[in-house]
Amino acid sequence: MNKFKKTDKNLTGAHIMAMSLIAEGVTDIFGYPGGAIIPFYDVLTDFPEIRHILVRHEQAAALAAIGYSRVTGHKKIGVCLATSGPGATNLVTGIYDAYMDSMPIIAITGQVPTFMIGTDAFQEADMIGITQPITKNSYLINDAEDIPKIIKEAFHIAKTGRPGPVLIDFPKDVQNQIVEKFEYPDLVDIPGYKPNLQGNKKMIKEAAQWIKTSKKPVIIAGHGVLISNAMLELMEFVNKTNIPVITTLHGLGAFPENHKYALGMLGMHGFVHSNYAVQEADLIIGIGTRFDDRIIGKADNFAPNAHIIHIDIDPAEIGKNVHCELPIVGDARNILIELNQIIEKPQITDWHKKINEWRKKYPLPSQHRLKDSSGRDGKNSISMRAVIAELYNQTKGDIVLATDVGQHQMIVAQQFQFKNPNQLLTSGGSGTMGYSIPAGMGAKIAEPKKEVWVIVGDGSVMMNIQELVTLMQDNIPIKIAILNNSYLGMVRQWQELFFDKNYSHTALYNPDFKALAEACGMKAYRAKTHKEMIECIKKMRQEKGPVLCDFVVEHEENVYPMVPAGKSLDEVITGL
Amino acid sequence: MSLSTEQRRSLYTQRKNVEIKTEHIVVALAENKPGVISKISGLFRRRGFNIQSITAGHTEEKGISRLTIMVDGTKTNTEQLIKQLYKIIEITKVSDLTLDKKIVRELALVKLYATKSTRSEIMQIVDIFKARIVDVSHSSVIVEITGDSLKIESFLDLVRGFGIKEIARTGVTAMNRGEG
Repeated sequence: MNKFKKTDKNLTGAHIMAMSLIAEGVTDIFGYPGGAIIPFYDVLTDFPEIRHILVRHEQAAALAAIGYSRVTGHKKIGVCLATSGPGATNLVTGIYDAYMDSMPIIAITGQVPTFMIGTDAFQEADMIGITQPITKNSYLINDAEDIPKIIKEAFHIAKTGRPGPVLIDFPKDVQNQIVEKFEYPDLVDIPGYKPNLQGNKKMIKEAAQWIKTSKKPVIIAGHGVLISNAMLELMEFVNKTNIPVITTLHGLGAFPENHKYALGMLGMHGFVHSNYAVQEADLIIGIGTRFDDRIIGKADNFAPNAHIIHIDIDPAEIGKNVHCELPIVGDARNILIELNQIIEKPQITDWHKKINEWRKKYPLPSQHRLKDSSGRDGKNSISMRAVIAELYNQTKGDIVLATDVGQHQMIVAQQFQFKNPNQLLTSGGSGTMGYSIPAGMGAKIAEPKKEVWVIVGDGSVMMNIQELVTLMQDNIPIKIAILNNSYLGMVRQWQELFFDKNYSHTALYNPDFKALAEACGMKAYRAKTHKEMIECIKKMRQEKGPVLCDFVVEHEENVYPMVPAGKSLDEVITGL
Repeated sequence: MSLSTEQRRSLYTQRKNVEIKTEHIVVALAENKPGVISKISGLFRRRGFNIQSITAGHTEEKGISRLTIMVDGTKTNTEQLIKQLYKIIEITKVSDLTLDKKIVRELALVKLYATKSTRSEIMQIVDIFKARIVDVSHSSVIVEITGDSLKIESFLDLVRGFGIKEIARTGVTAMNRGEG
């Protein structure tokens, strides 16, 4: 515990900031010091309640904060900290990622002293202006007396309603300003911010009517189900109605994928049966999903036979990307609780039969190769899919997975069966390469007891490779699996399929990843055959500290099924 | 379900394809804090809306500003815009003023070339439009005129012949008639 009292006479803005963060339950901060934030860093050492993780690039701090929030189901909120100017602008990609994926994080940035703002001072950047379109709200602290109120509001805004990032710009003179005493508010009252949590009763009744009379209904469960903690309610809903559940990338884990009515992911790299089900359905119940363009395919031809019931907390998502005949704005959990009380079972046995036929006819590609150690062309090579399948076998699926962006990400989403909420950390809306190591790091800090795996491509891994050192310095024992095909695989796949195999700038010369990890002091392995792959996963699981393995996989494995961009969901390339 | 799938779908496509852009007047109430206007204009740019005019001023409530924004957009676009505006934390209320019920006013200052021989004719037109002359010099007058944009346009049309030196218009402000 720190030695400060609320009534101390010599508290500075920096103290007040630390005390306010502690009042919000903050126990970890990801950050990087610099000139304009030194006063705050100076007092941080007086607050043992707060653990500071020194990243090696500010972007990693923001992404780690996202992993931290996500893995805890927003019970804890990730905080990242940077100095002014370049330190702050380095956060931008992470803040944008949080904004696109509705992740609550707090970004605190140092700023030049208030009297120098606007003078183009050394390391001055207009962070409020720069981050305006990618934050839920932002604050410039002009007076240290305001800090408690601002922090209270910032956390409230970040985690309620549709969550999102909030930025707090903290000028250096305000950090040093003496404050009379520390008083933390109990309540927030923001006149312009009152998220609507209860769904309209009339609409809910109407929805129950539609569901009862539907013949081919499907649920599309998105991230909102996880955010509002509505997993049990969704399960009850499905048990009462037997309606099959499709999940979005961020919705994976909202409904256990081994359930008989779980269809898995839809969209560009979704399952064929899920995409066909959507196109054939007469009723779609979208819960906490924003019908992103990666899941709807060609918008005009999305679900051409269906009415859409859209349950979402953000009214601006209703009717934005797809038509919606019955909007219910509110918290998914509240709405499902009400719906569950009046819902009746529709007659859909034929529909199940049809979906199961598709399911049998269009399995994931290459499934026969997962246990095949002879490999393609008898070369004994490793397929990316086999690594994920083997990881699932060995761990029984009971781990947290942070993926990066690209082929490996989609293979994880397809091949790994997610049974629990918030098991998958991934960058969806923004597709931020370099996401996985920081996010995995943040997840491990928040949930030290969980086994955290990072699945990353050889392209993505280079984008935040510097964080290997952070893992060592702060002893964050995550397991990094590089699926190394010496290509920017997803771009190469597009080039192969749609650009006449013109592999323009997608072949990669890579460092020796094993040696690179070892240079950081990290235990490292390399696997080149299917058998070595199985062994390496075993060894990595036994390792106590941070560990990395370079899985040298086939160069030109493609991810199927795939719906080409701009096509509708039934124009899928099955890859079979 | 009252409408058949086909009916609903065709309604949707109809709405999407046929919708025409019209003038909308959006009124927003916002807490008077720094950066609100910049947030609003940033939002319009990002979502691809073109602001024709924007005015801001105090209201009956302390600390609350009223912004009147004139935009060109379809009905669906404008609905989306209003929802996005609501996301700005400082904004407390947004409404799209309906076409038939609103009172729209704009103020313009117009500096005209005016000689001895034309001055009286100008004054006659000013009278007809219930405008006022607020400054006179040897070679010019300044006219202050309020009204809806149409009235101001027709005034400008009539006096264009005298020679317009300078125009300053405030942009529109608006309010609904009656209780609403």
